[in-house]
Amino acid sequence: MATKISPPSSRFSGTPSQPDATDSEQASPRKNPLLVDKAAPRVTAVEMGARQREISVSEFFTKNRHLLGFDNPRKALLTCVKEAVDNSLDACEEAGILPDVTVKLETVANGQTPMSPSQATRFRITVTDNGPGIVRQQVPRIFAKLLYGSKFHRMRMSRGQQGIGISAAGMYGQLTTGKPVKVISRTGPRATAHYFEVQIDTKKNEPLVHEDKQIEWTQPQGTEVAIEVEGRYQKGRTSVDEWLEQTSIANPHVRLVYHTPEGETKEYPRTHHELPPSPKEIKPHPYGIEFGVLLKMLQDTKSHTVSSFMASDFCRVSPALAEEICKAAKVSPDARPRAVKPHLAETLYQTIQTTKIMAPPTNCISPIGEKAILSGLYKQIKGEFYTAVSRPPAVYRGNPFVIEAGLAFGKGPEESTRPQQAAMPLAEGEDHGHETELARVIRYANRVPLLFQQSACSTFKAVLNTTWRNYGMAQSRGALPAGPMVIFVHMASVWVPFTSESKEAIADYDEIQKEITLALREAGRRLGIFLRRKERAAGEFRRRNIFALYIEEVVEACNRLKGGTLPTEHLKEQLHKIASSRTGGLKTDEALGKTGVGPEGLPHSIIVTTEGIEGEAEVAQTPTAPVVSRQVAHTERHAETTAPVKPVRAPKIRPASGEAKPPSASKAKVVQQDLFVGNVSPGRKAALPKARRTRTTGIRKGK
Amino acid sequence: MAQVKPKKNGAVEKKLIGMADVVISAAQRAKDPTFAIPIRALSNVSFNPRKGLIEMGEKKQARSFFNVGMAKKFMQTMLVADALSELQRADLTTSLREIYYRTKHTIQDSHENTFDTQDESDPIIEDLEVSLVALREELHVRAENSGSIVGPVVFGDDGDRVDCARLGKGGYSVPSIVEPEYLEIRRCTADFLLLVEKGTQWNRLSEDKFWRRYNCVLLTGNGQPPRGVRRLARRLHEEYRLPVYVLVDNDPWGYYIYSVVKQGSINLAFESQRMAIPKAKFIGLSSADPEAYELPRNVGIKLNDKDITRAKELLNYRWFQKPAWQEEIKRMLANGLKFELDALANKDFQYLTKKYLPRKLKEKDWLD
Repeated sequence: MATKISPPSSRFSGTPSQPDATDSEQASPRKNPLLVDKAAPRVTAVEMGARQREISVSEFFTKNRHLLGFDNPRKALLTCVKEAVDNSLDACEEAGILPDVTVKLETVANGQTPMSPSQATRFRITVTDNGPGIVRQQVPRIFAKLLYGSKFHRMRMSRGQQGIGISAAGMYGQLTTGKPVKVISRTGPRATAHYFEVQIDTKKNEPLVHEDKQIEWTQPQGTEVAIEVEGRYQKGRTSVDEWLEQTSIANPHVRLVYHTPEGETKEYPRTHHELPPSPKEIKPHPYGIEFGVLLKMLQDTKSHTVSSFMASDFCRVSPALAEEICKAAKVSPDARPRAVKPHLAETLYQTIQTTKIMAPPTNCISPIGEKAILSGLYKQIKGEFYTAVSRPPAVYRGNPFVIEAGLAFGKGPEESTRPQQAAMPLAEGEDHGHETELARVIRYANRVPLLFQQSACSTFKAVLNTTWRNYGMAQSRGALPAGPMVIFVHMASVWVPFTSESKEAIADYDEIQKEITLALREAGRRLGIFLRRKERAAGEFRRRNIFALYIEEVVEACNRLKGGTLPTEHLKEQLHKIASSRTGGLKTDEALGKTGVGPEGLPHSIIVTTEGIEGEAEVAQTPTAPVVSRQVAHTERHAETTAPVKPVRAPKIRPASGEAKPPSASKAKVVQQDLFVGNVSPGRKAALPKARRTRTTGIRKGK
Repeated sequence: MAQVKPKKNGAVEKKLIGMADVVISAAQRAKDPTFAIPIRALSNVSFNPRKGLIEMGEKKQARSFFNVGMAKKFMQTMLVADALSELQRADLTTSLREIYYRTKHTIQDSHENTFDTQDESDPIIEDLEVSLVALREELHVRAENSGSIVGPVVFGDDGDRVDCARLGKGGYSVPSIVEPEYLEIRRCTADFLLLVEKGTQWNRLSEDKFWRRYNCVLLTGNGQPPRGVRRLARRLHEEYRLPVYVLVDNDPWGYYIYSVVKQGSINLAFESQRMAIPKAKFIGLSSADPEAYELPRNVGIKLNDKDITRAKELLNYRWFQKPAWQEEIKRMLANGLKFELDALANKDFQYLTKKYLPRKLKEKDWLD
């Protein structure tokens, strides 16, 4: 792809929310002079004008694909998988279906003989889900038109935000291999499956349909996307494998099957058999908008007066409050919104910022929940101690958000006891090497793992700024804590502030930073309690053992000193007697017993010992036949209940203008809310997690 | 490495066996076996101005077995005592490091070592030295041979005659145990003894045959002189009335080396009375020398924070309270520079031999 003259990208990364065509048009004259200066010394305005023309979004992103996460072949492969899986999960969750997603990576022979996965440069990515499917007319636009989707215009928590992802992946495939995106979709068992081959017309940002036919498909419902792209498959920290594994940690309600290019099949089973509560859509909060946005809203509103505009287009503004704001801003409450002069609008804006307005409702976000985080961490990470913290909702720039943190500590009971069994004496200068390893941070935004730009991320900074030494961990200045630990941080919000379009790092807002820090501290405190208990138990154990061990040595040394004439057994017995009288026999036994290390006082935590598991663990079930059949039954039930109300993946395909709201879709959503978030009073901060806590019923094992 | 010792002494062995008796009798009375070990730290030493020595105080610390913090050390103490008594019985001498290896093993039914590093066993040997009131030589433990001597002195070592005037410029390597039973001084005709801090400068003096022209014994300990070197200097000083002059770098560490030779060290204060040479003189490098001998400022080295801290510590030591010494150290601090002996080569390669020392000796320019 030609990237000789790339337009300055700062414009776009600065205002990621408005990359529409008109914006680029205005920007274009400014991009060209550099080129013009070089080419010809004198050019008239007319000539220049002749060269100035519209740039389509697709063209822009063709040249600037790094903005979307297609910087290099390895990352591109991951981005494609990520976009497809995100879409599948969003669709399934919105439709109330427990997601069952299959990801398949295959190498594609590029002319010559097929190459090994690590050598191959071309891959076919196939992602299949059991979601609601997509109505026939919308398939081309969803997969082959940039900035087309259902999520951008809503204030609602979802993985995708702006409708670029999957079509950008398709476009990348088209650019690098020339192959169209292949889509199979079926909206229900009684509907027929459709097969499409679509490409994007980059000039017009419009889909080109190559193939559109009905086919037989084994799946009763769902969508399958296949994209052929140039990529590189490599394992490691930023690999597809890692991303899928982290996804399964934060989404224990998802069953994920992954066919690696090497022909292996990995299955991440479902351990949490309950969908996360469906988040509710909210209107923007007055604190969260910029002045320009307010102007636009004044123009676009359907209300006839300023006060009704304020009350109906924003959340948390009551008619009374709207009147009050108008009065304070000296704007007539009955004025037509379109007639408000810019300088009056500005005073209105200022007034809004200074007026006390209730924080936005928080039922628009659905945190993962402590239980689900625990179950996710427990199934994927081996450890001795797990804990999870969900913070009450908070607000930045008028956007509500929830921070969740989790910890998995230790090497697992088998590992930690291994050196004792081996009984390998250490040579001088040797150590077990446990402490040299640094903790790992896994970051999530709306349940999607973030693998890149760790150090730019607010979560990572919060981890560094936490004093882990207070919780019994080693930590050098400005570094991650040292030890076998995985730190999990999740931010759920209607609008996660990413530092760039490719969604790699969370921006550093003070409010966010503070919440993350508080969550980490709570998790850290629990870890500290666990470590201290463990230490105490180990200390008692040592205290007791130490004398038993050393008595042997001391007696032998005495015996040799005395020339081997000592009644050694007698002396040992005497010393043992003193030892047990000094270590307080029974009391130590109690301290060593399980009562001392149990998870009392440690909410939402799991402790794993060689004897078993203590605490609230939803143990991963081996995917045996009955489990599978139950899952199928579950999805079918969902399919049946939702089918009559909502036969299509409607919200996803709402036109970009946002005018027509498919009534069936919102109805379906309301049903969902009643089921899950219904009676949560939105203003009370702690209400949400509490409600979740009482509701969750997991499979408990332990004691 | 072991050498046969021509002497029999059951006293030390008896003391070692006595430690086993402490354990046995305590066990019989159902008491916690405990040793009292004199504390080897600044808090437990005092300077005796009359004798000019650092002396060890009376403070002792208890080391008992049934105490979690001390159990391991107690066990290690018994192991070292056992190893030392083995040496006594077999009549062998050994090094600190060999003791460490001899006593190191894995404790039964565990993956714990009796000792992990030599740093654990060395202090225990010193503990035993002080608590049993036995010299290291009496315990048959040697230090490294890290000292050289050259000059008109004749030793008898294992029956061999060693004439230090006929050993070229390399000299005789000072053994770590120089007690009369091990090393006999047969003859010494020197007028004084010069103890040099650095091997390089000792080499310079030896190569230039400085000892021949000034009829002296040249001795070096390569840095902080080991016991053998200090003890040998003391014996030559005591038995042959040789005045001792100390030549060190002009920095706080040099001053301290001089003070160890003169008054004894804090750690081994109990050995001061047979090691220290209270009449030893500090011949250089003095902080006044750069000016007196016109050493350019650019051959000095800026004092670092550690140097400054150390110098201030020295100012507070009771044995550095003489006005001349206070002035000496304060002058160094005021200059902000330290000078190495090697810096004299800036003037001439043989400046030390031909100008510096002759002038010092002639002017009797030294500190007491």
